[in-house]
Amino acid sequence: MITFDKVTKKFGEIVALENASFKIDKGEFVFLTGPSGAGKTTIIRLITGEYLPTSGTIEAVLTKINEISKRKIYLWRRKIGVIFQDYKLFNDRTIFENISVPLSFYKFTSGEIEEKVGKVLELVGLQERKNLFPAQLAGGELQRTCLARAIVTAPEILLADEPTGNLDPKTAREMVKLFEEINKKGTTIIMATHNQSIVDIFKTRVIELDRGKIVRDEKKGKYHV
Amino acid sequence: MFKILKKNIFRSPYQSLAVILNVSLALFLVCTFFLIGAGSRAVLNFFESRPQAIAYLKDGVKSQEIDLLKARVESTGKVKEARYISKDDALKIYKDLFKDKPVLLEMVTANFLPASLEISANDISSLREIAEILKKEPIVEDVDFQEDVVSTLSSWLGSLRKFGFAMAVFLLLNCLLTILVILGMRISQRKEEIEILRLLGASSWYISSPIYLEGVFYGLFSAIFSWGLCYLVILYLAPFLSRVLTGIPIFPISPIFMLEVLGGISFLGSFVGFLGSLIAASRFLRVSR
Repeated sequence: MITFDKVTKKFGEIVALENASFKIDKGEFVFLTGPSGAGKTTIIRLITGEYLPTSGTIEAVLTKINEISKRKIYLWRRKIGVIFQDYKLFNDRTIFENISVPLSFYKFTSGEIEEKVGKVLELVGLQERKNLFPAQLAGGELQRTCLARAIVTAPEILLADEPTGNLDPKTAREMVKLFEEINKKGTTIIMATHNQSIVDIFKTRVIELDRGKIVRDEKKGKYHV
Repeated sequence: MFKILKKNIFRSPYQSLAVILNVSLALFLVCTFFLIGAGSRAVLNFFESRPQAIAYLKDGVKSQEIDLLKARVESTGKVKEARYISKDDALKIYKDLFKDKPVLLEMVTANFLPASLEISANDISSLREIAEILKKEPIVEDVDFQEDVVSTLSSWLGSLRKFGFAMAVFLLLNCLLTILVILGMRISQRKEEIEILRLLGASSWYISSPIYLEGVFYGLFSAIFSWGLCYLVILYLAPFLSRVLTGIPIFPISPIFMLEVLGGISFLGSFVGFLGSLIAASRFLRVSR
């Protein structure tokens, strides 16, 4: 599904990712772990097409991401759902409107949009909050809004960059349970995280990075060896 | 899309108002220059179609002498039309001209007015030569010709056209830059929002189409507003101008002509608005990836 083949990303002299090779199959749940600056976010951004690799190739869903032109990259981005650490919500739009943004790229009727958003709101438990604005929600609720927005178009791949970074342990666990539910429906999930307890509880694949290099790739790993 | 347009316009209402007023003022002036040009053209046409030389005849001239004179000037080949106006015809014209001023009609009889020969030349430049021929004729008392009026008007109209065109270019450039700057500011203000939309998978068209629509809206709305303003000014000045331009068939201005002006100015406004938004979008929406 996603293949990194000897991928290196440099920013000037700084090497953010060095010679990274791995393959993620359809329906896998993968944690990207490691300290800050290890290269987790770089991997996420390389998959979204925000960054181009300095060398190597990235292939996902039979598409070579590094070969997609600037004009066509949006078509690739529509196939993936992304949850950002800093939420990236529109503060002047309600929760409902925020979640419906990716649907507005397609020609859905307002009835269809209402139905699809309603379903994901129910999944993340935010039906009661749909008419509120982001400033009126707590951190966990904001993160769930981001999750709802990321999955509303039913993408094949879900990328999450530190989705529990600003949450308390209980809310973080609830959040990851939601991810688990989504994963069970067949969505491939790649989550960059610092959260040791979550990684240890879920005992799924862990790719550990350190200073841009993959230092560990375990099928049922823990945060630390 | 119209919902987004409305939101964008009301997001910074003072900026929207500033661009609308600025573009409206510019298009109002463009519209005014055009209307003055069209009016002047009509005045020139009027003078060109009028007899350009009038030979006033001495009293008691016989009709054979008049026919001979007519034949002589027509034989030059430079005369389009030569028409004899008798004393009675002259009185009729005089009465028609001053029908609203009975004081001027009192005591005036056909004897007071001279008979004349009205001449239209094929070419205004040969008017002086025709006038010289007429002056030499013994039956001609005096010759009045409008070479100066027409040529002055023609040269004035030429200058006005050049000045109007230069001003229109200058003003349209001002419109273009105003729309470009304001939309550029809008895009900068929405930079974060645009960035998020890109990350979520919005196409370039999805992001830029509301910007194009906003540019066209400013141009079109300002054009209609400035045209309305122009029309109101014309309606307000019409009675005064009708008095000044007595006899010249300009007023009332045909509504069809004004609708044509509306079409033209709307196209111009929309085009400038679209061009401004296109440049703003290509300049400020440029992204690395």
